[in-house]
Amino acid sequence: MSSHHVTIQVNGEEHAREVEARLLLVHFIREELGLTGTHIGCDTTSCGACTVLLDGTPVKSCTVLAVAAGGSRVTTVEGMGNGELHPVQQGFTEKHGLQCGFCTPGMMLTSKALLEANPDPQEDEIRWGISGNLCRCTGYVNIVKAVRRAAEIMKESKENGDG
Amino acid sequence: MAKCRGLGHSVQRKEDARFIRGQGRYIDDIKLPGMLYLDITRSPYAHAKITKIHDETALAVPGVAAVITGKTLEAYNLAWMPTLMSDQQMVLPIDTVKYQAQEVAAVVATSRYAAADGAAALEVDYEPLPVVVDPHAALEPGATRVRDDKDSNHIFHWEHGDREATEAALAASDTVVEQAMHLPRIHVASIETCGCVASWNPVEGHLTLYLTTQAPHAIRTVVALVTAHLGLAEHRIRVISPDIGGGFGGKVPVYPGYVIATAASVVTGKPVKWIEDRSENLQADSFARDYHIKARLGSKGGKITALSLDTIADHGYSDAAANPSKFPAGLYHICTGSYDLSDAHVSVDGVYTNKPPGGIAYRCSFRVTEAVHAIERMVDLLARENGEDPADFRLRNFIRPDQFPYTSVLGWEYDSGDYGAALEKAMDMIGYRDLRAEQTEKRARGELMGIGISSFTEIVGAGPSKTFDILGIKMFDSSEIRIHPTGKAIARFGTKSQGQGHETTYAQIIAEELGIPPEDIQVEEGDTDTAPYGLGTYASRSTPTAGAAAAIASRKIRAKAKKIAAHLLEADEADLEWEQGRFFVKGSPDRGKTIQEIAFAAYTNHPQGLEAGLEATSYYDPPNLTFPFGSYVCAVDIDRGTGQVRIRRFVAVDDCGVRINPMIVEGQIHGGLAMGIAPALFEEISYDPDGNITGGNFVEYLVPTAMETPHWELGETVTPSPHHPIGAKGVGESATVGAPAAVVNAVVDALWHLGVRHMEIPMTPARVWSALNEHGAAATR
Ligand code: FES
Ligand code: FES
Repeated sequence: MSSHHVTIQVNGEEHAREVEARLLLVHFIREELGLTGTHIGCDTTSCGACTVLLDGTPVKSCTVLAVAAGGSRVTTVEGMGNGELHPVQQGFTEKHGLQCGFCTPGMMLTSKALLEANPDPQEDEIRWGISGNLCRCTGYVNIVKAVRRAAEIMKESKENGDG
Repeated sequence: MAKCRGLGHSVQRKEDARFIRGQGRYIDDIKLPGMLYLDITRSPYAHAKITKIHDETALAVPGVAAVITGKTLEAYNLAWMPTLMSDQQMVLPIDTVKYQAQEVAAVVATSRYAAADGAAALEVDYEPLPVVVDPHAALEPGATRVRDDKDSNHIFHWEHGDREATEAALAASDTVVEQAMHLPRIHVASIETCGCVASWNPVEGHLTLYLTTQAPHAIRTVVALVTAHLGLAEHRIRVISPDIGGGFGGKVPVYPGYVIATAASVVTGKPVKWIEDRSENLQADSFARDYHIKARLGSKGGKITALSLDTIADHGYSDAAANPSKFPAGLYHICTGSYDLSDAHVSVDGVYTNKPPGGIAYRCSFRVTEAVHAIERMVDLLARENGEDPADFRLRNFIRPDQFPYTSVLGWEYDSGDYGAALEKAMDMIGYRDLRAEQTEKRARGELMGIGISSFTEIVGAGPSKTFDILGIKMFDSSEIRIHPTGKAIARFGTKSQGQGHETTYAQIIAEELGIPPEDIQVEEGDTDTAPYGLGTYASRSTPTAGAAAAIASRKIRAKAKKIAAHLLEADEADLEWEQGRFFVKGSPDRGKTIQEIAFAAYTNHPQGLEAGLEATSYYDPPNLTFPFGSYVCAVDIDRGTGQVRIRRFVAVDDCGVRINPMIVEGQIHGGLAMGIAPALFEEISYDPDGNITGGNFVEYLVPTAMETPHWELGETVTPSPHHPIGAKGVGESATVGAPAAVVNAVVDALWHLGVRHMEIPMTPARVWSALNEHGAAATR
């Protein structure tokens, strides 16, 4: 198995590693960097538990090779809020948008990207936006509310000039 | 003194702080020094003789440390293990495999990737054998015998009720409906799969087992019992159940992988991690349901008379159901449901087939969904046969509020209920009569729309120790509370949350009873070295059992606090009165001591003759089960061209008694509803005649996304449980139990005028389109 040198910026920090060509980005994040907030829920790119932002775009990190992410910026749940809670994290807490918490990091990163592209999404847009992420616990209604709430918080903080 | 946020408050969850930061600690997050990884080679055949396992092919892979086979385990007498139903299940086979994807051998290696390489490289020689997948065929004389150690494929016959009286009552009825239905195999598919890290310390003879388990204490005892001959004893086994990414019943059983990983740790002297893939999870872990039901229901003068259910239960190659030991078909005999009827008989015959062993619950109390599905479908059919609206027919046949406590003909004592109120509320919320009018108009235009009702009664909170045990261990549960000198507390429980929010809910119960704010109470579960013994979390039993224990232990603490308060206030105990968080002298409300002051005194100034400290434990043995109930009404639209069913509205009125945290209760119902419509419309695991699986991964097994899931509309009624200390009944599974029949009834309602009388689940577009086509009603575009 060929080995490659990669440098990936994760949550603002550069990480250089020697990796096997086949190493999945999700394993790079979890095993090499010890950032275990990114989860694995399937082996068919179906569940979205492994979602991270790759240069700002949500990707399923179980289906990206670490070598392919070389030179890119990755955001995981650990880097969402820069020390404070991100509005999406606040929304999920306030609206009970999580139960077991296993889908939650992926769900929140997808929601973050959704809100960056569409700061005022309607229910059907949110449902479509998160349809690549499975949640077995919540029945989705509170996740939709959480994303709406996050949109409100982001709007308020923009109006207050601190966004 | 301000009331602290006890019962009835939507307190934000304590556990969320770590989950939203990605700081949850799930099984795959555990990494021990020197840890090895285990992967499993599985059978491509549903039934085959293993003629040779070529260990060397795996051992040649770089990083592979060991290959574990049935022969390895046989040396420790661990090749087979007992199931919860006292059957036997292979851990690893010696010479035959009995279902596709069965564990054949395991490979241990220095990395996850090396273990997977080794498992893929391992060569195994098989001789395929004949396969039987249909349980009816398995019962035919001369059928392929699944188990070499048994005389036939018939596992057990269980029946309850009076068959003769039921037959007589059906014969005397003026209307009888009859229907066969199959509730197919489904899988809980929690988003986290199962796994473990086994760490054997040879020096101390101590085993630590990190495990995705809903019942850590029971697992510890089972491990101690099956390994006693190896010198392992219960005080040297520690089971730790870390954060769990959803359980729903799928994390109750002991899976072969856990035992193999433990053996591998013993063999290698290193910690061993095993995490299954999603495909392994769906293909090999315990399934739910797979009941083939023949139902008959009669009425006389519009009043339901008698119910008969005859059932074939497909258990796969071993009866590995997770039921209380005395109940081979779980609580299936709750099947008379919400109705007052005088005769019933129910039978179940368990059958072996070449499929994975089971069956467990799918977010439901033991076999209650099967029971509710049967009765709610039959009541709908009977209503129509009587020429009556299904809502009116139900309202007339419900057990009346004045009949509680109600003893059903099959022997359950229902604690409390008001079924009519719940259904009427649901009908109001959805605008039932208006929807019926709309349906009439739509039919005239050739459009398909249906309205379905399900008025379920649940039975949860197992259970009273006189009838409920698992392998002899009584089904109580426990709470141990300690108040620290500064008035903060730690509380530990025998249950184990998998996302239900126990850390918050239990703290609220204690807060209500003692007046200590929930944020001052640390709640812990899942470590058998620290938590009191309990049977775990499943079957909606945590609130009915451990929640009750929390209230009782709090009350014991309050009784001691009263003695300390009397000492501090120099008053007679009899002259003290309690308001939340404080004792005061009757008639002089200013003369009082808060629970925090009392706690401090318990360690600094306790009365002579009384022990220091402030703590209590309760092992709560419930006097009865609890019977949550509700009525669901759903409206569907069906596309004539594609057969696709769209749930337009879904109203759920639930009565789970007193609600501790309404936000969490609603969240539980939302999630349960999603898992209720899933088997009705999407989910199924099936097998071809050779035993090849369909539905064994997330491409084929359709867990609903936010797109298929409607915007749930919830309502509530509150009928407290008269025997639970705080009147709560449990709620985690009601919606999963109640929802499927509502959806089926709605679809059949939409198609009734075409001549459709029944739909099997899942009601996929193909299945619905076929029904339309058969009745000449499919649109051609
Ligand atoms: S782990 Fe399921 S999509 Fe990546
Ligand atoms: S919260 Fe459990 S899977 Fe979403």
